[in-house]
Amino acid sequence: MKLAVLFSGGKDSCYATYLAKQKRYEISCLISVFSANEESYMFHTPSIKKTKKQADAMGIPLIIQKTKGKKEEELKDLEKAIKKAKQKYRIRGVVSGAIESVYQSTRIQKICNKLGLECFNPLWQKDELEYLNELIKNKFKVIITGVFAYPFDESWLGRKINKRFVEDIKELNKKFLIHPAGEGGEFETFVLDCPLFNKKLEIKNKKIIGKGNSWSMEVEIK
Amino acid sequence: MILIINICKEKLHYYEFVKPIEDILKKDGIEYFTKHYKKINKRDLLKANKIIICGTSLKDNDFVENLKEFEWIKNSDKPLLGVCGGMQIIGLLFKGKLKKKQEIGFYEENFKKEFLGLKGKKQVYHLHNYYIDFCQLKDFEIFTSFADGKIPQAVRHKSKQIYGVLFHPEVRNKEMIEEFCRL
Repeated sequence: MKLAVLFSGGKDSCYATYLAKQKRYEISCLISVFSANEESYMFHTPSIKKTKKQADAMGIPLIIQKTKGKKEEELKDLEKAIKKAKQKYRIRGVVSGAIESVYQSTRIQKICNKLGLECFNPLWQKDELEYLNELIKNKFKVIITGVFAYPFDESWLGRKINKRFVEDIKELNKKFLIHPAGEGGEFETFVLDCPLFNKKLEIKNKKIIGKGNSWSMEVEIK
Repeated sequence: MILIINICKEKLHYYEFVKPIEDILKKDGIEYFTKHYKKINKRDLLKANKIIICGTSLKDNDFVENLKEFEWIKNSDKPLLGVCGGMQIIGLLFKGKLKKKQEIGFYEENFKKEFLGLKGKKQVYHLHNYYIDFCQLKDFEIFTSFADGKIPQAVRHKSKQIYGVLFHPEVRNKEMIEEFCRL
């Protein structure tokens, strides 16, 4: 079955793609939606370029959909992108990296149902620590590119998800209820390498912005 | 030993509809084994002391075409829990009719009577395009309010330990599955 993956470049959409490939599904394209909302740091040309580099490393075509970032329009734009994938690549299903967000998964389910497509959420309800350990075991090179909650600070930017990270995040979960996989938006990630990539991605430049407990690292890939 | 039955047509759906239920049992140290409904044999049914039939995706109705694979339910005396598609299978075997009703996301349901530890108003997660109108099935008791456009969400056979829920307890009502395992 041909599938499209809703792809942000972070660990969840990459690992969902990996699980689909493991079960021998054909990934026909990736879909990235970028918000033009000025408050959204996602809408930066470097972000689009970064996802493109990952798609190239996997040898999978990428559909880029821009959106103004308003709630209802965002959904219409997502639907538009999925329709495009259906027409162009004849996909029969969509994969998302949703773990716990009912808001996110409900909307994707409704769009897929309307378009007559299967909807796959292979990370749904996944145990967070089991998930982080699987990323490490399967050689995913994941770095932290944003932190947005107390008690995170700038020093977390660029950290790899490794055994030490898992120990530290366990502590933060105990003390501050930080979701170990960042599902509450506590942190964001970017994948530099994984078994799906034909070549590792390398960081050429990085720009750090933020204050207090909210920091972002914009990376430029070689 | 609990038998978990996978009814998904697509292999990738295992992670979404079967693994979350396996994880609940694993966490509690409850022994289980998982089989696809097309691969169940008599030995599996003998080995199990309880059975859970998991749900599947909105678009997957393959099980409706293969109801004969579930005929054993009629003669089974073991506690059985059917989730979403699993509940629809139970209803169809007892001559219920499949009706259309789409519910996706969080809904509040009112459990008029205690049902596997759930009582009063509870938030549940729905993901279905169809349901069985259990109001028409005399052998079953309905535990949730079904007036004002609401449909039966939790049922139990009147003389057997056969339970069915249309919602997905593995998302927000994990304790309900644990309660079933304790029966």
